[in-house]
Amino acid sequence: MKSNGKATVGILLALSFLATACGSDGGDSAAGSCEVGQVDGDLALYNWAEYIDEEQLDEFAAEYGISATMDTYESNEVLQPKIAAGNSGYDVIVPSDYMVGILIAGEHVQALNKDLIPNLSNVSPDFANPSYDPDGSYAVPYQWGYTGIAVDTEVVGTDFPRSWDIVFSDFAADYSGRITLLDDPRETLGAALKSLGYSLNTTDQSQLDEAQALVSEYKDNLAAFNTDSGDELITSGETAIAHGYSGDMFTQFLETDDPSRYVFFVPEEGGTRWIDNMAIPFDAPHPCTAHTFINWLLDGEQGAALSNWNYYGTPNSASIDLLDEELNAFLTDPTVLTGGQETLESIIDTGDFETNYADAFSRAKG
Amino acid sequence: MSGSVVRPTGKTGRLLAANAWLVYLFFYAPIVVLVIYSFSDSRNVGVWGGFTLDWYEDFGNSRQAKGALTNSLKVAVASTVVAVVLGTMSALAIERYRFRGRAFFDALLYLPVIVPDVTMAVMLLLFFAEAASLFGFSKGFATITLSHIAFSISFVSIVVRARISGMSEQLEEAAMDLYATRRQAFRYVTLPAIMPGITGGALLAFTLSLDDVVITEFVTGPGWTTLPVFVFGLIRKGVTPLINAISVIMLIASMGLVALSLLAERARGDRGSEA
Amino acid sequence: MATTVETIAEAVTPEFEHSNERLRRRRGALLALPAYLYLIIFFVIPFGIVVVYSFATRTRFGTDLSGWNLNSYRRLGDDLVRDVLFRSAWLALLTTVVCLVLAYPFSYYMATRSERTRNLMLVFVMIPFWTNFLVRTYAWRVILGTDGPYSQLTSAVGLGSGRLLFTQVAVVLGLVYGFLPFMILPLYASIERVDPRLLEASRDLYATGFGTFRRILLPLSMPGVIAGSILVFVPSLGAYVTPSILGGAKTTLLGSYIVTQFLSARDFPFGAALSFVLMIVMLSATLIYFRKGGRTL
Repeated sequence: MKSNGKATVGILLALSFLATACGSDGGDSAAGSCEVGQVDGDLALYNWAEYIDEEQLDEFAAEYGISATMDTYESNEVLQPKIAAGNSGYDVIVPSDYMVGILIAGEHVQALNKDLIPNLSNVSPDFANPSYDPDGSYAVPYQWGYTGIAVDTEVVGTDFPRSWDIVFSDFAADYSGRITLLDDPRETLGAALKSLGYSLNTTDQSQLDEAQALVSEYKDNLAAFNTDSGDELITSGETAIAHGYSGDMFTQFLETDDPSRYVFFVPEEGGTRWIDNMAIPFDAPHPCTAHTFINWLLDGEQGAALSNWNYYGTPNSASIDLLDEELNAFLTDPTVLTGGQETLESIIDTGDFETNYADAFSRAKG
Repeated sequence: MSGSVVRPTGKTGRLLAANAWLVYLFFYAPIVVLVIYSFSDSRNVGVWGGFTLDWYEDFGNSRQAKGALTNSLKVAVASTVVAVVLGTMSALAIERYRFRGRAFFDALLYLPVIVPDVTMAVMLLLFFAEAASLFGFSKGFATITLSHIAFSISFVSIVVRARISGMSEQLEEAAMDLYATRRQAFRYVTLPAIMPGITGGALLAFTLSLDDVVITEFVTGPGWTTLPVFVFGLIRKGVTPLINAISVIMLIASMGLVALSLLAERARGDRGSEA
Repeated sequence: MATTVETIAEAVTPEFEHSNERLRRRRGALLALPAYLYLIIFFVIPFGIVVVYSFATRTRFGTDLSGWNLNSYRRLGDDLVRDVLFRSAWLALLTTVVCLVLAYPFSYYMATRSERTRNLMLVFVMIPFWTNFLVRTYAWRVILGTDGPYSQLTSAVGLGSGRLLFTQVAVVLGLVYGFLPFMILPLYASIERVDPRLLEASRDLYATGFGTFRRILLPLSMPGVIAGSILVFVPSLGAYVTPSILGGAKTTLLGSYIVTQFLSARDFPFGAALSFVLMIVMLSATLIYFRKGGRTL
């Protein structure tokens, strides 16, 4: 046995793999030959968990005489490398705003053939022209929400700052050990940046340094940095102030005996409005089915069914009148957006600066 | 081989027994909590919302959850079988034989234990993506199982080696002096002697496979979501007691298997004494 | 397969010794071959890809493999990396020691039972781990939380309510829970093998119980101690879900740092360089540790 020889062969093989990996396939639409409502095979959907009812998916499958499978992921960061690596096998994916930008830049999603999606006209103008995908050439909005702060008024009362001061000032010291912030560099540093009056997409290192110092200064008041359970921790009484996503908070509030006990708001300095989107991977095996599915879900009734099941906001203007009252009341609650629409931003990929965010967050934690 | 070590008595014996109970208490404390909350009528695993059996019903109705459980079991069984065979062979080779490339092989066997999960996940993702475009296969059962075997071999090998290391070969030699073939010596002497190591390694491999999230998530393909990947997906919206219910079902199933094997053993024992 | 004739021949005629040695070498190599090939294909080649990536450059949407550089390795000298490494190593060491202290007497006790009890005990060690990892960790969150059983216990005995959740203690506890079987299995496998007559002989020669343990049992079970320590230490070093859920992710640990590089920062080159160097360090340490352990036998 020649171990060294084997190792060399291994490395050479690896290199030859890489050589073929360098040539990326283009982002041209492969769906040129499809017709509206045509399917060219079963649907493989890669989606966030609990984001669509299995029964709704079955309904689509039955209507078109195919089968539909869904697999789930828990973060954009798991989705992206899987799609970028190629051969993922998925027809439709649901990336968030900034990730759409990254996937477009890498040519890992294909341009949509808009002729195959007549229901695009249902997309509310608010969402038709997002900064990460001008003209909506690659992605169709799926659901949306805010990132903000949830407060348990039974513990904190109603006299609290409706600003980021609630976590980034001495006010937070009174609730030491009962506060969670998102464990996400962009969201949490973004909150600090907003609190300082900067854009949450800044690429100015000195502003980022300030934000890092702010997070670091008040982190001792935290119970945890947690992206996944902030909503559950506050409703189980473990914490009293939680940084999190609107839809998650809202569904958890409704689980409790007294939802009115909790308040969710976007601080007056502003925060994140996020949009999740449907897109088609560059090497989707069934692009016709993918277009047909997107079009089907953009139907007013289907869009409403989607929102009424997952309780997030709908970008579909034909669905708004069909929403549950409870959900509609929450989505249009004027006290949620304390600073108004213009203070909101979407997180946008900052390119090479992204590593500075990751680094600053690691340093802020110490 | 009598096997069992001297039984300590008196104070030492009582202390040891107390420690054993303590360790079991530690192991089963969260399991008790987990079982209790599987009957809780609240989506939030940390909140007791009154008794319900809804989560078990949900499991019965959820195609995704049932599929994920089946997928996990298939992968765990397949990868354990292969990893145990390859791992035990490699342990025997390293502990009992000198051959060229042994030092390199020895080092190689530790690497899958040492590599961080996410690194292994990323490297296998890149590897299978390339392999798939070269040879044209789709990701799923095969890619997950192959990946699980890649890390399980090492775990099995380490546990089996801990058993073999320092064990003398005199018994095998004696057996062969008594005209046993090499095959017979292995079957009737070596194998029983290293069995506790193999059992331990197999249990470890099975458990690791059943629990793996990160690597599986990166190498899986459409329709091949395993249970941990399914559960990890739920983490954002909240892991519901549905997962507790699935865990309870698995607990009952595994305990049932243990009880069955005990009964089978007893039945065999009875027949043996009658004969 | 050796035939009986060969075996006898080798026993009676010295000139067969040389060829027998060659035969043994070949047999060893053949036994190793399947696992060897397997790991070359499904570990070494993929790992080679990662090593290649460590010399590449991060781009907005992936990795640029055209210009090779050492930038990622230069970043390893950063203070942050050193702090993260030491903090994680300390936590992993603590976890390993606690596991060893709990698992050794447990494995010894198990080895002293009848074969049937032993097997049962072993299976009952593993059964909890056939439930889902996340749900187990969430159960710990309930136990260690503000109104959880632990807190109720401490207030009942007059120590006041004690929330262990989101502390370092909770992290170590969670890691010990998760990795204790990794210690028990190899320990049990090596203790169970120790010849009881050696221990009896030692006691007959008036050695104390502790003396017998220190001079006979411990050295003979050293391979298990070493294997168990590695199986606990190494994964503890890279753990990130437990520190996040039970510890609240308030400090950066190695596991989450590496995950952040690969996922949040999408910096494959730096993540790859970090893993590569970590693996070299860990592998050298492991091999030295094993050689040393081997000598004490």
